[in-house]
Amino acid sequence: MDFEFNAEQVAIRDTIRELVQDRVAPRAAEIDQTAEYPKDIEKLFAENGILGIPFPEEYGGISGSSVTICMGIEEIAKACASSSLILAVQALGSYPILVAGTEEQKKRLCPPLAAGEKVAAYALSEPGSGSDAGAMATRAKKYGDEYVLNGTKQFITHGSIAGTLVVFAQTNASDDHRGIAAFVLERETSPWKVEKLEHKLGIRGSPTAQIVLEDVKVPAANRLGDEGAGFKLALAVLDRSRPGIGAQALGIAEGAFAYALNYVKERQQFGQAIASFQGIQFMLADIATQIEAARHLVFQAATKVDNKAPDLTKIAAMAKLFASDMAMRVTTDCVQLLGGYGYISDYPVERMMRDAKITQIYEGTNQIQRVVIARALLR
Amino acid sequence: MDLELTPEHASFRATVRELAQGVVQPMAAEVDRDHRFPDEAINAAAEAGLMGVLIPREYGGAGLDALAFEICIEELAQACASTAVIVDVHTSVGTEPILLFGSEEQKKHWLPRLASGEMLGAFALTEPASGSDAASLKTTARRNGNGYVLNGAKVFITNIGRAAMYVVFARTGPEEKAAGVSAFLVPADAAGLRVGQIFQKMGLHGSPTGELVLEDVSVPVANRLGAEGQGFTVAMRALDSGRIGISGQALGIAQAAFDEARDLMRERGHEQGDDFALADMATRVASARLLAYQAAWLCSHGQPFTRQASMAKLHCTDTAMQVTLDALQIAGDEGARAGSPFERHMRDAKALQIYEGSNQVQRIVIARELLRG
Repeated sequence: MDFEFNAEQVAIRDTIRELVQDRVAPRAAEIDQTAEYPKDIEKLFAENGILGIPFPEEYGGISGSSVTICMGIEEIAKACASSSLILAVQALGSYPILVAGTEEQKKRLCPPLAAGEKVAAYALSEPGSGSDAGAMATRAKKYGDEYVLNGTKQFITHGSIAGTLVVFAQTNASDDHRGIAAFVLERETSPWKVEKLEHKLGIRGSPTAQIVLEDVKVPAANRLGDEGAGFKLALAVLDRSRPGIGAQALGIAEGAFAYALNYVKERQQFGQAIASFQGIQFMLADIATQIEAARHLVFQAATKVDNKAPDLTKIAAMAKLFASDMAMRVTTDCVQLLGGYGYISDYPVERMMRDAKITQIYEGTNQIQRVVIARALLR
Repeated sequence: MDLELTPEHASFRATVRELAQGVVQPMAAEVDRDHRFPDEAINAAAEAGLMGVLIPREYGGAGLDALAFEICIEELAQACASTAVIVDVHTSVGTEPILLFGSEEQKKHWLPRLASGEMLGAFALTEPASGSDAASLKTTARRNGNGYVLNGAKVFITNIGRAAMYVVFARTGPEEKAAGVSAFLVPADAAGLRVGQIFQKMGLHGSPTGELVLEDVSVPVANRLGAEGQGFTVAMRALDSGRIGISGQALGIAQAAFDEARDLMRERGHEQGDDFALADMATRVASARLLAYQAAWLCSHGQPFTRQASMAKLHCTDTAMQVTLDALQIAGDEGARAGSPFERHMRDAKALQIYEGSNQVQRIVIARELLRG
């Protein structure tokens, strides 16, 4: 057993922590209120190598370890969940290339992403195909050495700002998931249309787009894996990215708790700090315990990803499920600890509570995580 | 044992529901999106006599009981939680102190205008450093000839800027804590009274909340409610019945979220996981409603109801939070879109665990009642 980060990871974490404190935390409230994508923070992450974390050195990155990615997402999410998605979605959009790409594809497609010159995104969901990913209607038809894609993708995080978009599409006439393939679209050569941006409950600084593909041409050289291997790849990618969502949920909860803990020590009522009341103390103890449990599950799952462990699907789903449910409960309680101040936007915890909700929904709703876990148990 | 509503209460519910679903509900999403006061809804409520549900007929009200009030708020909240809290605060803590502690002269002066909706009432107890510890409030009321001069700042005041009258709690004597507090009826147009910061909130966007600043505000002795030093009793008694209103608000929000989740499941199909969640939601709402109605019934029948009102507030608001979160989870991504009723219900519900006594304070009240010798 080893619950510690290695020296290299600690160094990366400390760098991120400092950048987050100095540059991200002061912007978080504004990012939420204006609902604008923080391009400045993307640039900051690019310049400091943070967007290189999802990639091994041979592809221009600095790590490629899921543990390090989760650690980075967690640190950023403590201050700003929207900004944490800049790293999380760079990882999500790159996994398909790293998992299924040929050496040529990895060498060609990864370095601009690792350098932060381009933003990556991942387009699986459709208006009629959310939890039921096999039912997708986007079509890819082959003409010579290129494919032509048509369809609509829904709830695509960073779909509007990405330079590299991994799209899943049907290559068969049938609706069978055995016809699904994955394609890498590069904006300059295979431009897609952004139909609309969603206004959301939380993570308001992270643009969520509906994307329309109208006769978009993609070179066959940008198909990842075989025709028909796409569905399996989509699931394999989600296995790898779910610990990251767990890490985001963990960071949100930790950020809210740090603020609330400080508040209850300072807030005086009945002539004493409210932290001196046992009712408050029990809440603090429960929150801290839940965070600690989630933290271990998240990093255990990340370790399983790095080790390609056989039970990685189950543990990754558990980490996402447990950490996101935990974050929802913990942030709701942190608003409660601040009382009326918790409910107004002069204080950060109501934002964190709104941000927490999506972690129970995206990258597979928590109902889907339960289906995945139960299936693994009953196999 | 009789757990059915009387024909009168059932018919009153039907009347309020028609207004709530017909007039109030259609504007709820817009009120939330634009952070705007629901004037049309409040005017319609006033025309239907809903601003004076608890006020006796002799003062221009409907002369109904606490259960009718609870039903009224529940139905309004099912349509629009912002509208419900505006009417709730006006009716309970904004008006009831006059009903319970006012002189005949005060009742004749204020109640008809509050009952008709010509005046909106509000309640100003909380201060920046005095929340749950209400007895430590610092606003002062200095005796000056035939009147008092009020100075201080109040926060988290519902109906701020819209109320024509604030029930203000201030310190009149050197006595420590509760014994030195008195209640005053302060017209919004009194010189020296002004609205400070209006808070941006997570939810209840149609209901203005903010700071009330009092700088040398003069009020005549005739505007003191009850005796000097009786203010804390006034506040606590008003909050007891206020909790019945908040319970109704919580039930209305929870019911709306439940109904929408159920309709969605019928429409798109459902598996056992969601079925179980729906069953839990319905069970929670049903138990919460019985508790709230019991508290209202006790209040209507002149029996002690402090413990039941606190239990109802605690259980109904925790239920509303849980049910709105579960409903949003059933709705998924679509539910998290801004403007979806699911995310609005969730944001609205959170306030209820906090205001009119946080749920921590409710637990203190309940435990105190239980452990009393």
